[in-house]
Amino acid sequence: MSELETAAHPEQLCRVAIDPLSRVEGHGKVTLLVDRNHHIRQARLHIVEFRGFEKFIQGRPYWEVPVAVQRLCGICPVSHNLAAAKAVDQLIGVEQLPPAAEKIRRLMHYGQTLQSHAVHFFHLASPDFLFDFDNPIAQRNIGGVMADYPDIARQGVRLRKYGQEVIRITAGKRVHGTGTVPGGVNKALTLQERNYLLTDLELMTQWGRHILKLMKKAYEANPGYFTRFAAIPSNYLSLVRADGALDLYHGGLRTKNDQGDLLFDHLDYRRYSQVIREQVKSWSYMKFPFINSLGPEKGWYRVGPLARINNCDFIPTPVAEEERREFMALNNGQPIHATLAYHWARMIELLYATEAIRELLLDPDIFGDELVTRGEMTREGIGVIEAPRGTLFHHYRIDEDGLIEKANLIVSTTNNNQAMNESIRQVAENYLDGKELTEPLLNQIEVAVRAYDPCLSCATHALGQMPLIVELVEEDSGVMIDCLVRDANGKVRESFVEF
Amino acid sequence: MSDEQSFTLDGRRIPFQNGQTVMQAALEAGVYIPHLCFNPEFTPHGSCRVCLVKVNNRMQAACTTPAADGQTVQSETEELREIRRGILQMLFVEGNHVCPACEKSGACQLQAVAYYTGMLAPHFKHFYPRRPVDASHPEAVIDFNRCILCELCVRASRDVDGKNIFAVEGRGIQAHLVVNTPSGQLGATGFSLHDKAAQVCPTGSILTKHRGYDIPIGQRLYDRKPINVVGDVAQLPDRQGGRRHD
Repeated sequence: MSELETAAHPEQLCRVAIDPLSRVEGHGKVTLLVDRNHHIRQARLHIVEFRGFEKFIQGRPYWEVPVAVQRLCGICPVSHNLAAAKAVDQLIGVEQLPPAAEKIRRLMHYGQTLQSHAVHFFHLASPDFLFDFDNPIAQRNIGGVMADYPDIARQGVRLRKYGQEVIRITAGKRVHGTGTVPGGVNKALTLQERNYLLTDLELMTQWGRHILKLMKKAYEANPGYFTRFAAIPSNYLSLVRADGALDLYHGGLRTKNDQGDLLFDHLDYRRYSQVIREQVKSWSYMKFPFINSLGPEKGWYRVGPLARINNCDFIPTPVAEEERREFMALNNGQPIHATLAYHWARMIELLYATEAIRELLLDPDIFGDELVTRGEMTREGIGVIEAPRGTLFHHYRIDEDGLIEKANLIVSTTNNNQAMNESIRQVAENYLDGKELTEPLLNQIEVAVRAYDPCLSCATHALGQMPLIVELVEEDSGVMIDCLVRDANGKVRESFVEF
Repeated sequence: MSDEQSFTLDGRRIPFQNGQTVMQAALEAGVYIPHLCFNPEFTPHGSCRVCLVKVNNRMQAACTTPAADGQTVQSETEELREIRRGILQMLFVEGNHVCPACEKSGACQLQAVAYYTGMLAPHFKHFYPRRPVDASHPEAVIDFNRCILCELCVRASRDVDGKNIFAVEGRGIQAHLVVNTPSGQLGATGFSLHDKAAQVCPTGSILTKHRGYDIPIGQRLYDRKPINVVGDVAQLPDRQGGRRHD
């Protein structure tokens, strides 16, 4: 881990805050502690939101949970809905859904992957590729993209809209639908709905290929920068299908180390708590997960598109597989550690989502009428899914009456917490250190965070276990005057130690 | 001139028979007056006050006011709508009505009446009461968070089922629904999903266990047409989002 996590002597340092981080979902901030010679002594990504889902679903009926917890997020609610639904399937003793139900859920999920990846790349991240860092800040947003690159902006809007339509038809609503029920789904597709979705699909695939061409151009323009910016060797974690294929809905857990060696493979995700632990740090609401056998120092890992493409053996659709091969050739098949490569991997997945949607739409099972199944009740359910931002864990325990007794959620962005911190420290060291800080320079920190597509709203779902810190900081100097800390045990103390 | 007795409701002539209330006559004539604690199968209660109308310029609950020949009744005025919205807003903040996660959303009478009256936000400060869900019964759960004290379950269980399972305890702001057993648990009663009491709740308080969200969005009771066209939850069969029978 970088030495920039905690400054040895914070007393005389100047504090610079990027608050709020822009063009990410949710609210977060980055703080830098800088000495008189502009050397960076500390860099931290703080998550400043406070949610509470794990706590307030306690005592609620289990069948309500998938619909309730999807409110964690407005961008990827389907992921939370499906991860919880998979856990609920286990609670009612269902190992295998009827084919129609599983395929409709998959369709919903790939629709969401498409729209979420589109909104991130086009609406949030594309200004970083299309404009120079020195361009006016007023231009570096989706409005600027619409003005200068209207075709690209339009593609982004239409791709997102298409994904939202897939969700609407499978879940009833574009955002926060109710398509999943315990043991299945509540509706199949009609022929009319299927034909409607097929209408624009080919265009979506074409646009997916087009955006990958742009991505490659951006890489070729400056491969050194692309490869080195915020790059950090790390472990990678994702689900893979039994045959090693990329699968965003279901599979076993696979982790690789920075050399590409397998740490564990095809692990039943219901055993996640044996291999993953979470560390709490006093300065962030977001926990820091790590691979138990490696410990917190070396065991942190990355999830999301880059991890999935690095981890899988192949993509089961032809066009996306071709793109994967080209991508992996960048490092001769070894894991790619470039943080900006997240964008590239994300667009490969966007393309894959369009192909996966086509396969599902052409599958007659989606018209099936066996939509729900049931088994014997159990008391514990664990659902894991590859959300757009990475591996998402939902774990529930119910009492004998079927009310939620305990919930544990490890959301995608939380998995990337240490990695995002490492990336901003790398950027701070390599691009900011020793320079007078300007807005374009600080934006580079945001570019590093943005590559992960963090969803900070999702990542701060817990309540009760985390420390709370209230800091009183002098407005002009940024010097902290007072600091109150509420520890995990609920005790409040005054502290100058951590900052 | 007809011998038929009638009153006017918002300028429209409403015929009635002796013994009918303003509400009964209006509904029979196909004119909707918003209501929650009223159900034509039970003795009017007059407690929710949502059916407040002006009878000869005086505020009255339509469900308990006898119809009289020549009365002038006003219902759809902005003044009355404002009062109804206020009453509904108080009901929403007094309990925990989380429509976004509630399985009754789209087929809930409280939500439908709120939409009908134009209530768009709760306005008042939420009470956020702590009311545990009773899931002790093998077939049903009671979510006390959503109870609006209409007492329809109390009346149905006592008058139709002959079980007297529910009661309201406490007074004023302390009033709350209880289960009439020493343990206070529904599981200790002879409650059944086939009871009338299981079919009359206008909110999501009494629910079938182990299932929810069965009806897709777009096909739920009030998804396409408002409550003044569709009618009350309790009067409609299962397939339309009314009460379910397993």
